[in-house]
Amino acid sequence: MKVHLSRRYMFSASHRLHSDEMSVEENREIYGKCNNPYGHGHNYTIEVTVSGAVDQQTGMVCNLVDLDAFVRNHIVERYDHQNLNLLPDFAKLVPTTENLCIAIYDIVNRGFHQAHLEKIRIEETMMNSFEYAGEESR
Amino acid sequence: MIYLTRKAEFSASHYYHNPEFSPEDNQRIFGKCNNPNGHGHNYTLEVTVKGDVNPKSGFVVDLKQLKDVMSREVLDAFDHRFLNKEVPEFSTKIPTTENIAIAIWERLTPKLKQAQLHRVRVYETPDLFVDFYGEDVYGEA
Repeated sequence: MKVHLSRRYMFSASHRLHSDEMSVEENREIYGKCNNPYGHGHNYTIEVTVSGAVDQQTGMVCNLVDLDAFVRNHIVERYDHQNLNLLPDFAKLVPTTENLCIAIYDIVNRGFHQAHLEKIRIEETMMNSFEYAGEESR
Repeated sequence: MIYLTRKAEFSASHYYHNPEFSPEDNQRIFGKCNNPNGHGHNYTLEVTVKGDVNPKSGFVVDLKQLKDVMSREVLDAFDHRFLNKEVPEFSTKIPTTENIAIAIWERLTPKLKQAQLHRVRVYETPDLFVDFYGEDVYGEA
């Protein structure tokens, strides 16, 4: 029996949407108020969906303690209360929530092996959310 | 094809324990969920059915019938119950959210006539939920 399990986590971070490959005017035109040079912040909600067979002995897809520890150590501690633009992940990438979704997917996919990663969904605000489910959608 | 989702809530208690494990392993694997006196959650159930819109009624499913089936098959059995002791499926299976979603799927799917069950989603808390699509782990349902 294949079951999908999803768990939500939160962190708060700041970012500024700005691309060095575009002019000041173009940046302002495309990113609008998100281009404010001082940056701005969000409370991000990360929804991690993993899947797999339910272990007959534990009744679990994977132990939540393991998933929580991985996400806390590798995602929340990495991004919480940080300026995303200053992190190595975004040295050459604009820290849009699309790119953040892909970065988080890659970290979980590489490092968490107790269940299959289905997708990462991020709510940037209550009104917008982004999903990334790996290569096919890239 | 159109998808329709109906929500319901139930409150129940449970604990995680496998008699095949030693007390130490039960404690190590299940942590505070292993407390034999149980603990409770307010569960939210989302049942999604799919089908074609009936040209005469404009419905994919009779909502009243879906509500009745959910109430009879799930809520009457699970709401305000100690899942380990009072729901037959969990005399042999641990009432994890994973197994609750599978049990609900198996209870509902033979009772739905017009529309086909697409997904059972069970929230244990707002930050933890499980989806079951009736899939065998080795392939599609």
